[in-house]
Amino acid sequence: MHHITLRVNGHHHELTVEARRTLADMLRHDLGYTGTHLGCEHGICGACTVILDGQPARACLVFGVQADGAEVRTVEGLANGDQLSDLQQAFSDHHALQCGFCTPGFLMLIEAYLAEAGRDRTLSAEQARGLVASNLCRCTGYQGIVEAVLATAQARQGQDATDTRDAGDAT
Amino acid sequence: MLLGRGRFTADLTRPGLLHAAFVRSPYAHARVGALGTDAALKADGVVAVLTAASLGHPYLLAMLEREEFVPTPMPILARETVRFTGEPVAVVIADDPYRAEDAIELVEVDWDPLPAVTSIEQAEAPGAPRLHEQADGNRMVDLLMFDDDRLAVIFAEALLTVAATFTSARVAALPLEGRACLAEWDHRDDQLVVHISTQVPHQVRSGIAQALDLPERQIRVIAPDVGGGFGLKCVVGREEVAVAAAALRLRRPVCWAEDRQENLTAAFHGHEQRYRVRAAFDAEGRIRALDAEIDCDTGAYSVFPFTCAVEPLMAATELPGVYKVPAYRARGRAIATNKAPAAPYRGVSRPQIVLVMERLMEKAAAALDLDPLHVRRRNLIGPADFPYTGVNKITYDEGSYREALDLAEEQVRKRAWPAERDLLRENGQLAGIGYSCFSERTAYGTPTMSQRRMRMTPGYDTALVRMDPTGEVIVTTGTCGHGQGHETTFAQIVADRLGVHPDQVRLRQGDTDLASYGWGTWGSRSVVIGGGAAGRAADLVASQLKRVAAELLEARPADVELTEGTARIRGDAAAAIAISELARTVHFQTHRLPEDLRYGLEARATFDPPGTFSNACHAAMVVIDPGTCAIRLHRYLVVEDCGVVINPMVVDGQVRGGVTQGAAAALLERVCFDPDGQPVTTTLMDYLVPTAAEMCDIDIVHLQTPSRFSETGAKGMGEGGTIGAPAAVLGAINDALSEVGVSFDHIPVLPQDLSAALSRAGAAQ
Repeated sequence: MHHITLRVNGHHHELTVEARRTLADMLRHDLGYTGTHLGCEHGICGACTVILDGQPARACLVFGVQADGAEVRTVEGLANGDQLSDLQQAFSDHHALQCGFCTPGFLMLIEAYLAEAGRDRTLSAEQARGLVASNLCRCTGYQGIVEAVLATAQARQGQDATDTRDAGDAT
Repeated sequence: MLLGRGRFTADLTRPGLLHAAFVRSPYAHARVGALGTDAALKADGVVAVLTAASLGHPYLLAMLEREEFVPTPMPILARETVRFTGEPVAVVIADDPYRAEDAIELVEVDWDPLPAVTSIEQAEAPGAPRLHEQADGNRMVDLLMFDDDRLAVIFAEALLTVAATFTSARVAALPLEGRACLAEWDHRDDQLVVHISTQVPHQVRSGIAQALDLPERQIRVIAPDVGGGFGLKCVVGREEVAVAAAALRLRRPVCWAEDRQENLTAAFHGHEQRYRVRAAFDAEGRIRALDAEIDCDTGAYSVFPFTCAVEPLMAATELPGVYKVPAYRARGRAIATNKAPAAPYRGVSRPQIVLVMERLMEKAAAALDLDPLHVRRRNLIGPADFPYTGVNKITYDEGSYREALDLAEEQVRKRAWPAERDLLRENGQLAGIGYSCFSERTAYGTPTMSQRRMRMTPGYDTALVRMDPTGEVIVTTGTCGHGQGHETTFAQIVADRLGVHPDQVRLRQGDTDLASYGWGTWGSRSVVIGGGAAGRAADLVASQLKRVAAELLEARPADVELTEGTARIRGDAAAAIAISELARTVHFQTHRLPEDLRYGLEARATFDPPGTFSNACHAAMVVIDPGTCAIRLHRYLVVEDCGVVINPMVVDGQVRGGVTQGAAAALLERVCFDPDGQPVTTTLMDYLVPTAAEMCDIDIVHLQTPSRFSETGAKGMGEGGTIGAPAAVLGAINDALSEVGVSFDHIPVLPQDLSAALSRAGAAQ
């Protein structure tokens, strides 16, 4: 058994886990973050994707002990209370989910990508499709998810332009 | 759901929760000897190891009341024989899922392997091993559904006879959430409560009751959020009954969440079929007769409650589809093999029958040197033909078969697909365009379902609509949505009739203690049947509201309108009362009302329609790289008609998701076994479902021919995408290959098939 500490969505957690316990099981069953779902447990479907120290990671392929000292973000940490994030809202607007089982994984994948890519970069439809191809969805045919990615990227880019202008005015 | 607050079965937890893990057969076919459980019982955390004997040999029995049907009881845990790799023989119950899995390794089983049957051809060969003693030739059902004395003459005199064999691979429905359940004994209510990822809560209750010999009232089945089903979860799984039995035995909560390997090997498959078909055509390309031998590889057992006949019956009954076939013979068989049982996966035989009919049209057109779309037009049931009763005794209600094809062709031209195809061809690619015309029989009620003669005949559904004292509404139904947006669509149907906002309507489904006996969500039935029942019940409540409003406003009920939360009197702008005020009065001041208007605002209604046909025409364009033989879906268009569209976003979502599954069946997906019956597609690295990279945008154009057989004018449409896509994609592949003289009659068409065929074609030239 191993004693570890980590932060999940900004909350500090300390717990003792078996070496073989996956990060996904630890998040879901030891810490109660059941928004992270398990679709294959061998790293293909991506339903369990969380953001681990800024990078999207398959929580089924990471052991809990490997997250010792890490900063983890799960789907529960995306919204501000009941206020959906822009990406979550875009998923709703573009009918990017049906059964919703794969949705948390997609949200975390896309959130990590958009943050990493920087908001100043234009995302092409092809790039968005390539990104979405990281995970599996069996309900939607992906079109709505791709549209939600593009809409969010575009809105954030616009937001950046506004921020830059505002900053320029201030100086 | 977006906030991560969904509640799926595996998210549930209970104090003292136990975990089940199954000991499964490593052989496709074997006698089961002694089972040694001592070592497992001594392992850390293990509470029990249950076997067929310790559970008293429970089983699920799906029955068809037909002489040609051979019942094959499916034991909850195998007793003396295992009939497919992955069949469960024991279940370990432990305090932790990891420990439960550790302990299944410690259960010792004396296996005595038997020769396995892994294909239709092997199963029907003389001297083939028999899966079930009672099933001659491994035939679990063998039905001559239609015959016609004129066939011999028609074929003898036919200008053209097209004969071909069409096959489709075994596929997995693969919902992202596998099967899962949590069963617990409620000491206070003396009731077994089963939380389960299912499309059919009431049938789960019936199955558990029959297998464990309990009255149905003593079981409560609750489907929380369900992460996709596609037919995999419209049947009852033995593991789910085993978990219920364990909870009943141990009087402790027990859960099980299938892993993906179990899901791919030991859950249910579908769509493995072979069609040997002859079709006679005249010189104009009109079909004169159709003769089909249909064989479905339905695996080792009949599934509960549908039976193994669901695929062959559907195929043999509906093969003529949207075409006018004057003479017809069809024989449908379900063949037992040493593979996991087949469940009714999305589309159920119709992806195959559409593929067969479209290929026949294309083959006839090629032989007669006619345009394949013109051949289709000559055979399509036309606008003047409705209602059309076919040679298969089915009556097709109004649709837009010809209009859909005309519009699809026009849209394809408008989008310049042919020009793009030609350009791609000039650039050395193989490119092609394919079409499929089809209808989708939806919302079968008992008038239609009873023809199958199932012991448990599904079809009707019942809704209860209740308005609470604040004027808000709760609807319960026996349908059980799992991603189809029923919460939205049903709320719209009910809100429209009650004059309230859809946000004020809450749908409660998936709980057998709340809802009247119902048949769940499958077969594109929910919006028509469940929604129809909800609409009827809402009408009754609306009528109550109008009478109360009329009483309070001193008007006639016929003059009351319910709109935007208010009851108004037609022609009297001043007379109005809030619907919430009516609700408050009925509940809290009921003594002020005449006796027949008192005591609550609620109504129950049932709907049991004969069924209604939606229809569509799909067009697909594929591009094939002649170097790698990679086949890429390049463009996709759907012209669809599901009658009145209640929620366009939901409908389009169903179409796109369905097309994706259908296209994948034509391009990627197949469950494979080695010659001994070992499954070799056991991970998502071997069983390929499409990612976004394999799909293209899917354009959708709507036609609307309202149904006379539904309350709202809507027709079901949950499966159409999956039904039409394989034929359109295969047609596009064959069009792309037309210049090199290669064509295929099977799905999926894989790069290795293409490579081999192109080599052969090259060698021949």
